[in-house]
Amino acid sequence: MTGPLAFLLVAVGGGVGAAARFVVADAIRARRTTALPWGTVTVNAVGSLVIGVVAGLVLTVGADGGGLESWRLLLATGLCGGFTTFSTATVEAVTQLRGGRPGRALATTAANLLLSLAAVALGLGIVLLLA
Amino acid sequence: MLHGSVLYHGSVTSAPLPRSRQPRERVVPSARAPHRDWRLVGWVALGGAVGSVLRYAVALATPAPGGWPLGTLAVNVVGAFLLGLLLEAVARRGPETRRLQRLRLTLGTGVLGGFTTYSSFALEADQLLRDGAAPLAVGYLAATLVLGTLAALAGVAVGARTPRGPVARLLHAPDDAPGRAS
Repeated sequence: MTGPLAFLLVAVGGGVGAAARFVVADAIRARRTTALPWGTVTVNAVGSLVIGVVAGLVLTVGADGGGLESWRLLLATGLCGGFTTFSTATVEAVTQLRGGRPGRALATTAANLLLSLAAVALGLGIVLLLA
Repeated sequence: MLHGSVLYHGSVTSAPLPRSRQPRERVVPSARAPHRDWRLVGWVALGGAVGSVLRYAVALATPAPGGWPLGTLAVNVVGAFLLGLLLEAVARRGPETRRLQRLRLTLGTGVLGGFTTYSSFALEADQLLRDGAAPLAVGYLAATLVLGTLAALAGVAVGARTPRGPVARLLHAPDDAPGRAS
């Protein structure tokens, strides 16, 4: 599916996802000062879990249904894409690097990467197990 | 300065005005935390919608030669550069006004946050692994992280070195006039 409806689905999902990221990540950030930026790590891991579930559903239910493609654009490309962020995760690590804390920068990068990869595998695995 | 309202009322007065007539504080961004200010959440949503559509358009227009998810790689590296640039340029403007905060949240948290993605990045790497293309998966992960980090560093450097560039002019446009709605 391309065309105006596809863009609209991505826009709606992306807008809701970005707003939810702002609210959730900043609420976590505001609770207390931590060595690692857990707000961004959390939203990236949660968004990766959801995109794993969506990808699993697309694989099991089948990619032939046009309705499923709409859901993929709304939830995966839009919602999860807008909810998770690579730019903030990277700039947070770079800020630690520039602040003379390379260990924390590495830990931030590793936390985002490993937790997100694990979350995708978990989401996908749950759906494939249940299917 | 005798009183903050001198600009507001066009006359100098040393007597404090009644509380109801005092102008709202402009430098302290908001009484409540930004993420609980629903107008700002709305700006982030608008920015996120724009950024996500741009990401989707790049993905449609970008081929994946040899299985490389170049579209996601490109948006993430470009987005990391631009966010580094934006945040450094904003930080160098000094105390953040309400207007600057709205600009940072709309463009940074909204547009660039929505433009870049971690979930697609992780899903694509996972798919490459499941397809048995482990070297490609590792190459994709490493390329994204290394290029993204270098791009963010470059963005910070550019944001710091262009005090009179177009970015600075955008950020330094006439600030909120007192009394003008935020």
